[in-house]
Amino acid sequence: MPDKISEEKKIGVFVCHCGTNIGGLVDCEKLAEYSKTLPNVKYSEHNLYTCSETGLAAIKKAVQENDLNRVVVASCTPRTHEPLFRECIEEAGLNPYLFNFVNIRDQCTWVHMKDPEAAYEKSKDLIRMGVSKAEKLEELEKIIVEVNPSAMVIGGGVSGINCALSLNNQGFKTFLVEKDKELGGRLKELYQVFPSDKQASELLNELVAKVKEAKNLTVYTSSKLKSVNGFIGNYEIEIEQRNHNVNLNVGVIVVAVGATSYKPLSLFNYNSKNIITQLELENKLRDNQIEANDIVMIQCVGSRNADREYCSSICCMTALKNALIIKKREPNRNISILFRDLYTPGTIYEEYYRKAREAGVLFIKYTPDKQPIIDKSVVKVYNQYINSEISIPFDLVVLATPLIANNDNRELAQLLKVPLEENKFFLEAHVKLRPIDFATDGVYICGSAKWPADISESTTQGLAAASRAGTILSHKTIEVEGATAYIPDWNKDLCKGCEVCIKICPYNAIVKDENNEIQIIQALCKGCGTCASTCTKKAIVIRHFTNEQIISEILAFGGEKVA
Amino acid sequence: MNFEPKILGFLCNWCSYAGADLAGVSRIQYPPNIRVIRVMCSGRVDPEFIIQGFQTGIDGIIVMGCHPGDCHYLEGNYEAEMKYKMVQKFLKFINFDNRVRLEWVSASEGNRFAEIVTDFTRQIKEQGPSPVGGKSPDSMLLDKLNAILLAIGSYRMRALVGRERIITEFENVYGEKVPLEKFDDIFDTAIRDEYLRHQILISLSNDPKSVKDLAIELETDPSVILKNILVLKNRSQVNMEKIVGVTPIYTNIMEG
Repeated sequence: MPDKISEEKKIGVFVCHCGTNIGGLVDCEKLAEYSKTLPNVKYSEHNLYTCSETGLAAIKKAVQENDLNRVVVASCTPRTHEPLFRECIEEAGLNPYLFNFVNIRDQCTWVHMKDPEAAYEKSKDLIRMGVSKAEKLEELEKIIVEVNPSAMVIGGGVSGINCALSLNNQGFKTFLVEKDKELGGRLKELYQVFPSDKQASELLNELVAKVKEAKNLTVYTSSKLKSVNGFIGNYEIEIEQRNHNVNLNVGVIVVAVGATSYKPLSLFNYNSKNIITQLELENKLRDNQIEANDIVMIQCVGSRNADREYCSSICCMTALKNALIIKKREPNRNISILFRDLYTPGTIYEEYYRKAREAGVLFIKYTPDKQPIIDKSVVKVYNQYINSEISIPFDLVVLATPLIANNDNRELAQLLKVPLEENKFFLEAHVKLRPIDFATDGVYICGSAKWPADISESTTQGLAAASRAGTILSHKTIEVEGATAYIPDWNKDLCKGCEVCIKICPYNAIVKDENNEIQIIQALCKGCGTCASTCTKKAIVIRHFTNEQIISEILAFGGEKVA
Repeated sequence: MNFEPKILGFLCNWCSYAGADLAGVSRIQYPPNIRVIRVMCSGRVDPEFIIQGFQTGIDGIIVMGCHPGDCHYLEGNYEAEMKYKMVQKFLKFINFDNRVRLEWVSASEGNRFAEIVTDFTRQIKEQGPSPVGGKSPDSMLLDKLNAILLAIGSYRMRALVGRERIITEFENVYGEKVPLEKFDDIFDTAIRDEYLRHQILISLSNDPKSVKDLAIELETDPSVILKNILVLKNRSQVNMEKIVGVTPIYTNIMEG
């Protein structure tokens, strides 16, 4: 771009009143006048609303009439309005990256309402800083990458199968990778599921039958992810199936690895004989092996405590469902459920609780400071309502233990470069705005891998992940951010190959090529800039946030270096 | 007249800049001294930016990023923290360590953003104007800041800080994990050495000097100066220019 560098800079500055939001506190006309005194500013004006049709038209007109090649808007925040103004100047014939935003509302007039003079001075400084960066802006191209219209779903449990089936039905080639010998995940271990009261095996058989019929779906069982390379639209995957490796190329990846049920070794005398978990109870229910007459269920075993602060969310319903199954078979059996808090949200789940009470299940609340104690053939529990300890005889104690994160989550997270949260479950990009996405584009998350989820929740999330993946897979190509890291030709000699950048890049975007030279894969780079501030020889440049651009902002504020 | 400090803030796009915007949307008022430079990640903040900021006479600089574990770029904030700690150690030499701060602010913490800015502004007001700013800047201090800039930009320091997390949290190329304390020792020694060496280089680029002259000027033991002169000689950065009587006189042979 040498011709661009020598080109004369003609900057236009547009100061927005934002109604009275900015104009009510500082004099926008004076700010526009001030802008004209800054280096390379050829044009300035103030608008009531720069983001309005009139305002945008004014920008386009000014760009064309004054042959402007850089545009600065001083108004609200780039986080909401930068795309709009970039598009505007693109329509005016400029590269969208030749735009710079100055935030004089959210971070100035709105927060210094009692000091208009200081807000005015601050606005001047911010505009001066913005103009000095704008002068150094360069044209950038958005990076276009092709999309391989296929997906890999890791984990063949209920969420993974539903996700894979949905992707298959959308017509995308799908690979379902399961580490066990068979599909099914936790569903294999269950007897009957809520709220449909369907047999788990029946549900699983239906799903597996659909998988067998699916034309675009290939299943790899006894398989494990070995390596992942590439980026959104173009992942190269290696999986290990028994003793051989399989290579797959896919456009997106869905993590549906589920969770593990916690074994309460050393809690409540757990022995898996007459003191068992809810999961073990499911096996006994299936085999119709319950001989016990007095059954005590204890909730929140190994969860909601100092080691594991979270609520596993599925155990209350599991206990209610299993208690009802037993009561239905043998109404005379005594069942007590010792709980801390009972969560049965929604009308359908609450119905289980009501039915259990009607069937004569006894509910006793305990508090974490007074845990139930198993003493020979009785469970002793303090009942706060009658303010005394009661003893309940038992033949069988059933412990509700939480789902915990798989112990190989860390390994998978590192392969995929996606984060885990404090309990080692996978962490989504945003709990509310992007619950199925990872921050890394092209990788999605569903089911209990993220958080303990029941069957209906896992199904919903599996379908949601398929839908999110479809938004990428349905395009032949996608645009990715152009403000990436690169090593300019004139810096190539600086690089000594120390590889620190390779190690710190969170996206595996930096590699050494066959000539032993550092290469930054543009489609992988997210432009965070950490490599540039770390590069031992200062060879890496971050587009749109170059050292020159940032230092020009510093100098525009601080004044020229004293040194 | 009241002292109104010039404060510069580096805010990451995803968390702290969003938090600052939220303070605005919520109309939470804070002192108007701060000017913000938006970067995509706090990890982008090159240690040199901070020193260069102080060289212009800015009174206080704050870097803000996402809370640990929340970084949009997974780990950029941890890298920012490593670099920040190094900057702070260097700035301690010139009593500037109270003029910088690193804080985590999430996109939902408009209140926290305003509180931090208010507190930092108060802190900088207490520190008083930067001796580098104003009409008669302290030239000795400027030399020291320059030495810090060069030291912080040196291959040795950048390589050390760039590898800190790899070495202490994971393993080095020999499969060893270096305990944090041991790494800190190496790191602190490097900081002391490089700062002194660049002070020597700056002093020698003004005019050639003997070890004794340097020792007086830099208020350092002559034996330490000599040790470092020898290192610089090995690095081909200084040379013995002449011998006056029995005293060798050294000069900076680097360009500039």
